Amino acid sequence: MSKFQISRRKFLTSATLGASGIMLSGCDAFDNQLGIGDGLRSFLENANGLTWRVQRLLAGRDALAPEFSEADIRQPQRPNGITAPDDDTYKNLLANNFADWRLEVTGLVEKPLSLSREQLMNMPSRTQITRHDCVEGWSCIAKWTGTPLSLVLDQAVVKPQARYVMFHCLDTIDKSLAGDVKYYGTIDLIDARHPQTILAYGLNGKPLPVENGAPLRVRVERQLGYKMPKYIHKIELIDSFAAIGGGRGGYWEDNGYDWYGGI
Amino acid sequence: MESVAGSMSEAKPGEAPSQKELVYRQSAWTRLTHWLWAVCLFFMLLSGLQIFNARPQLYLGKQSGFEFNNTVLQIGAKDTANGPRGYTEIFGHRFDTTGVLGWSGPPGEESARAFPSWATIPSYYDLGTARVVHFFFAWLLSGTLLVWLLASLINGHIRRDLAPRVEDLKRLPGDIANHARLKFHHTREYNTLQKLAYGGVLFVLLPLMILTGLAMSPSMNSVLPFLNEVLGGRQTARTIHFTVMALLVMFFIVHMLMILAAGPINELRSIITGWYRTDAPADGDSHTGRDA
Repeated sequence: MSKFQISRRKFLTSATLGASGIMLSGCDAFDNQLGIGDGLRSFLENANGLTWRVQRLLAGRDALAPEFSEADIRQPQRPNGITAPDDDTYKNLLANNFADWRLEVTGLVEKPLSLSREQLMNMPSRTQITRHDCVEGWSCIAKWTGTPLSLVLDQAVVKPQARYVMFHCLDTIDKSLAGDVKYYGTIDLIDARHPQTILAYGLNGKPLPVENGAPLRVRVERQLGYKMPKYIHKIELIDSFAAIGGGRGGYWEDNGYDWYGGI
Repeated sequence: MESVAGSMSEAKPGEAPSQKELVYRQSAWTRLTHWLWAVCLFFMLLSGLQIFNARPQLYLGKQSGFEFNNTVLQIGAKDTANGPRGYTEIFGHRFDTTGVLGWSGPPGEESARAFPSWATIPSYYDLGTARVVHFFFAWLLSGTLLVWLLASLINGHIRRDLAPRVEDLKRLPGDIANHARLKFHHTREYNTLQKLAYGGVLFVLLPLMILTGLAMSPSMNSVLPFLNEVLGGRQTARTIHFTVMALLVMFFIVHMLMILAAGPINELRSIITGWYRTDAPADGDSHTGRDA
């Protein structure tokens, strides 16, 4: 029995040392294998592709995100990211209340468009009270009004080889050696044509405020907030985003977020 | 199928004839899934704490209160006359947690972060990478749970070893007393508290973890809209997710202490090789030699 006691004490000591070793060095042990492009990270990222395929399979094209009641609107929509673009182009457009702003629809379309805010607002609109989920973990419920993106795509007539919709934004989110980095993002055509995917110009019954993306932002209600670019001025239909930016399909994606933000 | 416990007599030359015997206690399915869970839960805990650091507040309800207060837990840092201090606030009660929660780091390099860098993957702030790690292991954990469930239904592990019986409940007070005195009977069967603890983790905590995780997914909300209604809203689901994490950590700590107290070599051998040394029948009042 005493023999066993010693081994138990030894085990206790070594287990404690081992555990604290893991804890102390621990969590930087994986740091240098988890950068974008590292083998381990690329392997782990396969799970995101699996999530995308499985959630697409389960949710299909048209399953709707939950909608809420007026009583659930309890606070202004919390803004995030850039809330006051410092770009001259943007400030000039804002000074004129976006009278000179146009939404360009280009790329793999039969009929490129250039739409004013009035033209967009004269198209059929959709109003929905939905919950905005930020990748950080918070949620906020608000009422969004806008033009269904599918109507704009139909008007431009999407070519069959188009696979993604790319949103070009007016706001500079980052500076790099190559110059200012404007926010951009991409979604696939299933989400682009989803009934709740709207180009929003109204928030809680008022014109969309600057901090929430005036004059136009997209709502993609089955994904997280970083997939819903603000300050949009151009929509481009593309067949691949491999040659754009960091090649991962968006500003945040180029910085390590998953392209599919459904979870 | 290993529904009958194997046994091996233990008569070594030069020792008194031992009444203790090695029994085959853990099937290969149980051992393999146990270690996969251990790996998954390690990575999910540390990447999860990193994800929490992006928004170190927990709320109740459908949304986060910015203009109203539905915060139940908050970890933060604030400047004081004595320099920055970390704090943790639970249901409005604030505790100074400088050095661990809210404000931590090596001397001279402290920074404002909810959970300290030794408790997160990656160690530096990186929400995107933590999500990659978290979701990879979420799939692995869920897949492992499914494999274990199927194997354990087929090989009888759940029915034979985990399902509490009437006599288990009768034995509960004595079992609690034995645990409190760190007095363990080493038998092939799990004791009552083991059944409740393992069953609670496998059938309550882990499924609840997966469900509350799915409830936070805006895409899954379109597939299972009732999930958040049952759970009390997305932010409540997130709070439950965090609470279950804390319960799993508590389970892990007790699990380690019980293994150390009950004899770590024997316990580890059974979950690595499957073979477990039981007490001599006369020593153990609960050793019934039962097999399925």
